[in-house]
Amino acid sequence: MTKDEIKTVVLSALAKIAPETEGEEIEPDVNFRDQFDIDSIDFLNLMIALHKELGVDIQAVDYPKFSNLSGSVSYLATKLDIKTKY
Amino acid sequence: MSEFHLPSLGADMESAILVEWMVKPGDEVKRGDLVAAIETNKGIIEIEFYEDGVIDEILVRPDETVPIGTVLATYHSEGEEQAPRKTGQAPTKPPQPGSTAAVDAGATGRQRISPAARKRATELSVTLAQLIGSGPGGAVSVKDVEQAAASAHKSMAKELATGPTAMRKSIATAMARAKREIPHYYLGTTIDMSRALEWLEQYNAERPVTERLVYAVLLIKAVALGLRKIPELNGCWIDDHFEPSSAVHVGVAISLRQGGLLAPALHNTNLKDIIILMQEFLDLVTRVRAGRVRRSEFMEPTITVTSLGEEGVETVYPIIYPPQVAIIGFGKIVERPWSVNGMIESRPVVEATLAADHRVSDGHRGGLFLAAINRLLQEPEYL
Repeated sequence: MTKDEIKTVVLSALAKIAPETEGEEIEPDVNFRDQFDIDSIDFLNLMIALHKELGVDIQAVDYPKFSNLSGSVSYLATKLDIKTKY
Repeated sequence: MSEFHLPSLGADMESAILVEWMVKPGDEVKRGDLVAAIETNKGIIEIEFYEDGVIDEILVRPDETVPIGTVLATYHSEGEEQAPRKTGQAPTKPPQPGSTAAVDAGATGRQRISPAARKRATELSVTLAQLIGSGPGGAVSVKDVEQAAASAHKSMAKELATGPTAMRKSIATAMARAKREIPHYYLGTTIDMSRALEWLEQYNAERPVTERLVYAVLLIKAVALGLRKIPELNGCWIDDHFEPSSAVHVGVAISLRQGGLLAPALHNTNLKDIIILMQEFLDLVTRVRAGRVRRSEFMEPTITVTSLGEEGVETVYPIIYPPQVAIIGFGKIVERPWSVNGMIESRPVVEATLAADHRVSDGHRGGLFLAAINRLLQEPEYL
């Protein structure tokens, strides 16, 4: 899986939670919460969606890494690489 | 034969749009089954059936706007005979303009409908009782049915504008009534959240993402349990007296992306395990934001919790949602200097506020309630 594919998965999960983000330009390094109106339940739904979509275990302590798009993509990329290597 | 009516969902509701049927004629339904979705000024609400029975006929089709009390469908319960079809039981619904008109049942007797027209009417969910056909003696043809369906679609829904504006009006009506009629008193206290958050962190660290909790659930459960000894905060003010509720259904204020909010109930909040409560909370928020809430959730809160912490405010001064008699607000969890055994420490704290109805309770009792919530949050493992 490439980083671009992961990004697509994240964006589509996000669009399900915050429909107004669909097709919008998203700043990769700006906090999701500063870009859209996302609360803890939206965030939890995002985590659950990514876990189900990609089969990645996301630790609760790693939640802050999902505060923006680029952080989310690199976290998931690392996790997925590790999975394919071993 | 029995009639299933459009229920009232609040004093400011006059009519609703039938959005969708989840049952069809011949279906068996149980008391409590969700059978239809209606659109009101509060959004789309799913309504449940009141008793066990079998659906005979659907009388209101999707996209039709009808006033409260309209017969939406007929049904028979077990042992009861099925309604004879169309022997002139005109629905208690005003005639609609356009190609449909109420049939004077007594005068016309049995309506004349061709089998093909009846079949088409079922397909298009057209209400036959209101149709006068173009054939001899008012006989209804397939073409009549199709025309009726088309005209209903054209006239549909426009009179009941929904969306933020309609919802804003509905909120304004409720809040104006609260400010006018309810003698509020307000209390506030600061609660040390360090134990609750430590417990939550540990709890979540050991569990997959699908089983984790958010701290709001701890607050909701603490409120529900805190009512045990202060029952006068739980219930409704109806017809100039307080009706306490033995069940605790905590309403949770949920903001909507398009603006506005709803505060539907988590049923039997005090009796549910925190894990179940979390699942139900997540499900409720997700459904409400997707525009679907159930009538029972919408109508039955006995007290409300509003947590505005995520928007960054530290203190909420809530307004009671009538006919309830109390609402608890939680602000943002912030790190503050906190005195522990004479030493100053930095602790995460939250401001809890109570607005309650002086017709039912006093500040003393309200104070005991906030103290109980505080105590419960110091022992999160028992929530």
